[in-house]
Amino acid sequence: MNIGYYPGCALHGSSADYETSVRACMKALDVQLDELDDWICCGATAAHSINHKLSVALPARNLGIAEKMKLKQVFAPCPMCSMELKKASDEIQASPERRKEMEEIVETPLSGAVDVWNLVQVFQEVGYDVIAEKATGKLDAFKPACYYGCLLTRPPKTLKFDDPEDPTSMEELLAKLGAEPVEWNSKTVCCGAGLTLCDEQGVAEQSYKILQDAIDHGANCVVVACPMCQVNLDMRQADAKKLGLTKDVPIFYLSDLVSMALGIKGKQLGFGKRFVSIPKEMKEA
Amino acid sequence: MAKIGVFTCWCGENIARNVDVEAVSEAISKLPGVACSMDYKYMCSEPGQSLIASKIKELGLTGVVVASCSPHMHLNTFRKTVELAGVNPYLVEMANIREQCSWVHTDKEVATAKAIELIGMAVAKVRRNAALEPIKVPVTKRAMVIGAGVAGIQAALDLAAGGVEVILVEREPSVGGKMAGLSETFPTLDCSQCILTPRMVEVGQHPNIELLTYSEVEKVDGYVGNFKVTVRKKARYVDIAKCTGCGSCWNKCPKKVPNAFDYGLGNRTAIYIPFPQAVPARPVIDADNCLRLQSMKKGKELCGICLKQCGTDAINFHDKDELVEYEVGAVIVATGYKLYQITKEQENPKLQGYGEYGYGKYKDVIDSLQFERIISASGPTGGEPKRPSDGMTPKTVVFIQCTGSRDNAKGITYCSKICCMYTAKHTMLFKHKVHDGEAHVFYMDIRSGGKMYDEFVRRAIEQDDAQYHRGRVSKIEEVMVDGVKKCRCYGADTLTGKPCVVDADMVVLANAMLPSSGVTSLAQKLSVGYDGYGFLSESHPKLRPVETNAAGVFVCGACQGPKDIPETVAQATAAAGKALIMLSQPYLTREPEIATVDERLCAACGACVKACPYNAISIEEICDRKGNLVKMTSRVNPGLCMGCGTCVAVCPSKSVDLIGFTDDQVYAQLESLLD
Repeated sequence: MNIGYYPGCALHGSSADYETSVRACMKALDVQLDELDDWICCGATAAHSINHKLSVALPARNLGIAEKMKLKQVFAPCPMCSMELKKASDEIQASPERRKEMEEIVETPLSGAVDVWNLVQVFQEVGYDVIAEKATGKLDAFKPACYYGCLLTRPPKTLKFDDPEDPTSMEELLAKLGAEPVEWNSKTVCCGAGLTLCDEQGVAEQSYKILQDAIDHGANCVVVACPMCQVNLDMRQADAKKLGLTKDVPIFYLSDLVSMALGIKGKQLGFGKRFVSIPKEMKEA
Repeated sequence: MAKIGVFTCWCGENIARNVDVEAVSEAISKLPGVACSMDYKYMCSEPGQSLIASKIKELGLTGVVVASCSPHMHLNTFRKTVELAGVNPYLVEMANIREQCSWVHTDKEVATAKAIELIGMAVAKVRRNAALEPIKVPVTKRAMVIGAGVAGIQAALDLAAGGVEVILVEREPSVGGKMAGLSETFPTLDCSQCILTPRMVEVGQHPNIELLTYSEVEKVDGYVGNFKVTVRKKARYVDIAKCTGCGSCWNKCPKKVPNAFDYGLGNRTAIYIPFPQAVPARPVIDADNCLRLQSMKKGKELCGICLKQCGTDAINFHDKDELVEYEVGAVIVATGYKLYQITKEQENPKLQGYGEYGYGKYKDVIDSLQFERIISASGPTGGEPKRPSDGMTPKTVVFIQCTGSRDNAKGITYCSKICCMYTAKHTMLFKHKVHDGEAHVFYMDIRSGGKMYDEFVRRAIEQDDAQYHRGRVSKIEEVMVDGVKKCRCYGADTLTGKPCVVDADMVVLANAMLPSSGVTSLAQKLSVGYDGYGFLSESHPKLRPVETNAAGVFVCGACQGPKDIPETVAQATAAAGKALIMLSQPYLTREPEIATVDERLCAACGACVKACPYNAISIEEICDRKGNLVKMTSRVNPGLCMGCGTCVAVCPSKSVDLIGFTDDQVYAQLESLLD
């Protein structure tokens, strides 16, 4: 399978380890990633707060590139990117006037026929059973708290992906790979990353609540599918400790765990870039 | 020669504001066949009607057109007027120049021209009207009431008191419905059982009432005054004529299952009466859970303890469902409601459930009817407030109103009407039992319209110290606080503008009211309309609130829309009254505007039979005197036909026509419009 790949700013910057992990994982699953040629910012979060037209035009240009490259799907590992792309795609398809306007702005034809996938959806397309068959190791050292954050399932009208209030798609995948996902309360709570610059204390409290909830429900790690969630929950643990966090919680990308099940070692997944050190037994399956 | 009188109404300003009535009247007077054209401020008033009558007598009018409001509003009024003046009532036509003209246009010139055209069409039609006689049909003086909650009980007792035989059908093993499970009622706090149980006993004993519990309506044939209803009497496995209700069977039955009457909070046995005050106080065997009946499927005979215990030989494991047909003249539907379930799987795909409240996985998050059982003296805890998970007495209870209601995102737009009141009641009942308890209510608006209702809510707040927070709860989480399980409710108080988090021992949801399961298939059997949620449609929201568009079928109670007990009882009495009026006639008259088949032309293709929504058309044989088949034809049953005209539209040989709306009349109207 080859699919379009839109890394977005995070995967080429602060969350380069996410890209390392995603690429390693996709390679092992025989999914070829065709990176969009000359992609630009998706517009999140600044554009949609101040200029609606801009917030459609920026992702529309990226969708146009995908069409030029004759791609049927674009995979955006960052849920903010995939949401913005999907929202723009929906809007272009719903209104012929909007589509015409966007075609003029981005100077490329837009049929709206490009589907947008997030990380979990790529795994769903590959097939959980196919992944389980390819797995060489069991994730039995992992008791993950699967964390969807605010954006992976929302807004539900746009994403139509899993249950917005009680998602279970990550749990289902990891359970198939031998992990023991825990039942917990904070799956879809916001991690507060959006307030990083203006309310540091608030973000620390939010991270503490989520991490402690995971610990209280028996988790030994948290698994995310969002670069912002990862960096926030990982980086804030020193502050969260001051608020009473009882122990370190390693924060993994979903692709990390799938990769390890497929026999890839932590070293190849960018584990060296993580703030919270990862215990030895969690460095490979 | 036609002498048509046209009477144009101003309707105060309603019509005159946008239609130049005098100009209309003047223009119409010039139409061929119009003998007089008059206008008046209120044509439906006494002077207006007298004007019509005097012109009929003075000019010998052969037809009348009243140009005013919708015929739904006043056609009957004007039919009576002309009848009293000696003209056949079906020689009146109405031109609707209000709803379909003055109310929907702003340009007076355009509206005036349109009014002239509408009246011109009515004149063209009335010239071709025939004098008609209403159809007379006989009446069976017996009524069926479907559903024996408080609505059905009230309707049945009123009908029975009026001397009519009643067949009261209830699908549960006992009468009583939802009300039998309630604790105390607002706004008086009198006990639900004390009000209802005597009436339950009365329906069980009344000589005019035949009570069919554990029974469901299977099929409905016939028409107003002459329905044939087939009822499925479900296998009870207990002969209620022999049974004395002693209780030795259910006391010894070894199989325990959750009791639906307690909404799963308590248990019952496989042979059971749903609650001690049940009427009839005779048990049924739940075949799905009975060890003996289940083993019999595998060719074995296990258990059978009830059989051994029974001193009157009333148990019959070979009992079968029985179909019985009843002839009745009227049907009252009183099938009640159920609550919106917050679970993920929903019967209606439009409904979403509440993932944010855990889709029902938290044991201490219960619905309002479960709370009624918990605080009811007859409930599973004997009236002691205990929470389901561990039996602890809850100290802090959060009540969340509008769970489902008024929330389009969850699939329901309407207000369930009674939740504000019963939630206030719940806070009181809780505080009366747990004096140091805290009752928190999250609400959107308090809707307490009704006699002594708002005073009741104020009492909950002011005397019983219920804490009201104006806002919604966005999420419930189960957490441990100092070793005790709590339901953490993340709410907002929009009056203070602050988040409001309450750690509750128990959460009570005021779930939206929905019509009870299976109501739509019953409605289809009865040809009664229903809305997108399944609430049954009344004939007119103001003037015909208990009638339906299916003649002879009446509705009352929560199957028609959310309502409380007083309103339900009032509506039940109204429905019984309407049915009694109908059944007290020696015969029924029906509008003669029905379909008729020209049997010489009909090819018996059957297109009309398939198209008819009321099953009013059948294919019949026409034979000569010797009994030889001459031809086949379709034929309309005048008792069943509702005059909708669908058959006229589908007939390929144009051999069906609708009396009063014949092709000839309709084409004349069109010609008048296109001239």
